[in-house]
Amino acid sequence: MKFITRILRPEQVRELVTLFLIVIIVLGFGTLLTDYYTGRTFVRVSTSIAIIAVVAMAQTLVAITRNIDLSLGAIVGFCAFFLGVQLSYHHEIGPVPAALIAIAIGTAMGMINGLIIAYGRVPAIITTIGTMAIYRTAIVLYSAPEGGIVSAHRLPMWARQFASWSIFKVGDLDFRVMVGIAIAVVILIQLMLTYLPYGRRLYAIGSNPEAARIAGFPAQRIVFLAYLIGGALAGLGGYLFLLQYGNLMVLAGEGLEFDAVAAAVVGGVNIFGGTGTAIGAFLGATLIGTLDYSLRRWPAISEFWRNAILGLLILLAVATDSAIMARLRLIWARAAAARTTEMAEAKARSMPQA
Amino acid sequence: MLSTRLASLRRMQFLRSWEAILFVLFLITLFFNSARVPAYLTVDNQINVFYLYAEKIIVALIMTFIIINGEIDLSVSSVMGLAAGVLGRLIELGYPGELALAAALVTGLLCGLWNGLWIAYGRLSSIIVTLAGMIMFRGLVWVLVEDRSITTFPDWIHNMGQRPILGPFPLSLLIFFFLLIIAYIVLQHSAFGRYVYVIGNNREVARFSGVKVETVKLVLFIASGLISALAGVLYTARLGAMRASTAEGFELEIITMVLLGGVNIFGGSGTLLGVLLSILLILNLRNGMSLSNITLQQQTGVIGALLILSVLVPNLVTRARAELNRRRFARLTAERATPAERKGVKAETK
Repeated sequence: MKFITRILRPEQVRELVTLFLIVIIVLGFGTLLTDYYTGRTFVRVSTSIAIIAVVAMAQTLVAITRNIDLSLGAIVGFCAFFLGVQLSYHHEIGPVPAALIAIAIGTAMGMINGLIIAYGRVPAIITTIGTMAIYRTAIVLYSAPEGGIVSAHRLPMWARQFASWSIFKVGDLDFRVMVGIAIAVVILIQLMLTYLPYGRRLYAIGSNPEAARIAGFPAQRIVFLAYLIGGALAGLGGYLFLLQYGNLMVLAGEGLEFDAVAAAVVGGVNIFGGTGTAIGAFLGATLIGTLDYSLRRWPAISEFWRNAILGLLILLAVATDSAIMARLRLIWARAAAARTTEMAEAKARSMPQA
Repeated sequence: MLSTRLASLRRMQFLRSWEAILFVLFLITLFFNSARVPAYLTVDNQINVFYLYAEKIIVALIMTFIIINGEIDLSVSSVMGLAAGVLGRLIELGYPGELALAAALVTGLLCGLWNGLWIAYGRLSSIIVTLAGMIMFRGLVWVLVEDRSITTFPDWIHNMGQRPILGPFPLSLLIFFFLLIIAYIVLQHSAFGRYVYVIGNNREVARFSGVKVETVKLVLFIASGLISALAGVLYTARLGAMRASTAEGFELEIITMVLLGGVNIFGGSGTLLGVLLSILLILNLRNGMSLSNITLQQQTGVIGALLILSVLVPNLVTRARAELNRRRFARLTAERATPAERKGVKAETK
């Protein structure tokens, strides 16, 4: 126990638990399904979680500050649609400018959320349910002249092929560019959360807003920026969404906000602020993606069970977190205190001899 | 100059009341709608305006209790869908309609119990519990009816939803008025209603005053599940059909009705009168928008904007008022700054 408390932090224990669950799921379905351990499974699962992982990063940032963003799916949908329509008419737009366009639109939409929540002091749940409806309406209005759809065959060649671009290939196992982008985003966000002052302040705001305010942190600006970055990530999510699916309907991205909440919560991000890591949320997304794919291939139950299981998973994750994580932290705090006393005693013992 | 004008504004009490603002907005909407359509103010048309949203306004009544209590129930629309799904699936399997109806209501009760237990006794936040419930119950509807649409309802269920029962009133509206009266008595004139407010104001104070916080919360969520299921059944009966996406997204408008009615999202304050006025306003606004050929999707966008504004505007007003008070206070203290001045003032008054 002493050894564990020295080399791991409670958050890392939580991440290991998620990883352990993923391994169990993979081993379990490996015995149930034939042809499960193939490169194809990896490609399917990894590409399906790429989008959710990016959107889950946005949810993680705002969740750490004690907020929530239910408009993320609508932002992803609008960015995908906007970009899709633009690319249908302007084949000269390349992959990088296209990504920048989507990110810019997403940032603007996140900014609106941030302004209302941080400066207008409207609770996040209310604001984002409202903006979700508004952004969805924006998709319908914007897509009306196009007949409400984006079709893959009108997109430029690169956009149609993007989803199958790979970074490296080992036999069947294909590591796609999309997955690379998602992992890069996760690493960047994790680095930001761990090492940048801004990242640490997100935790400060989330774990004790009153103390953060007294310490002089600009709470409103920090929350505003979290929504801004979240919007940018959702914009990137929209870019990936368009390139993955090509054909879009006005419902594009619907439900992604819940997948993102689920990924974050299952990965140990506390929706009431203060705790959670990007890696954890990524593992949460991986767990859900793996479970999702495996259930769909499992003939014993219908694929329609997906959301019922997702809802239960969220609740169980939150319930166990609230019951266990506090206790874990207490054990860790006691161990740290014990170490300090030990060190002080050792110092005191060594003093007279010196 | 400014302060006297403000003082006169402050004396105009009615402007400070949220209900009065709603009432004026409601009258304006009525005026525009009836100017556009001559038959707008007839009883038949007003009943029709209500009838099309009867299920939502029924759920808005219990949502008022829940938000005043300091919680929220995001799962209502999924419970409506699940009740409709149970009703439809059992009838499809050949069970009698009465049994299916009872099973649908019991399902709603169980959903409410599930949410309530986690919230009251598990002490988890209602946002996350009911969000999980919303996803889970909707998932169960998909399991029940998959991607089919169920339309094989017996005649009496169709009649229940579509025929007027008493005079020009259909059953759903009678239920709404009945529940409205019950809700008014319970919330505004009973001990339970006071507990709902007290808990919403301060859970800890309520506990130390001997209020059974857990029981009140559990009762509220069970009631929410049951009433949502009833609304889901009525909705199915009115449409005569159900699908897995039945009632999806209804929580947006239901919560908007309650918050626009002046109920504080953090709990503790709000009245049924305000909610009733906001229901009148939203229904007539929706009807007016339909008359102007604004599509349902665009109306949803407008409702979303209303939801945000219903919290944003009071926030900004409170802050502006606090800022004005602060300035006035600063000026008053500045006027009484030096002891010499104070003496001078005293000398003058003598």
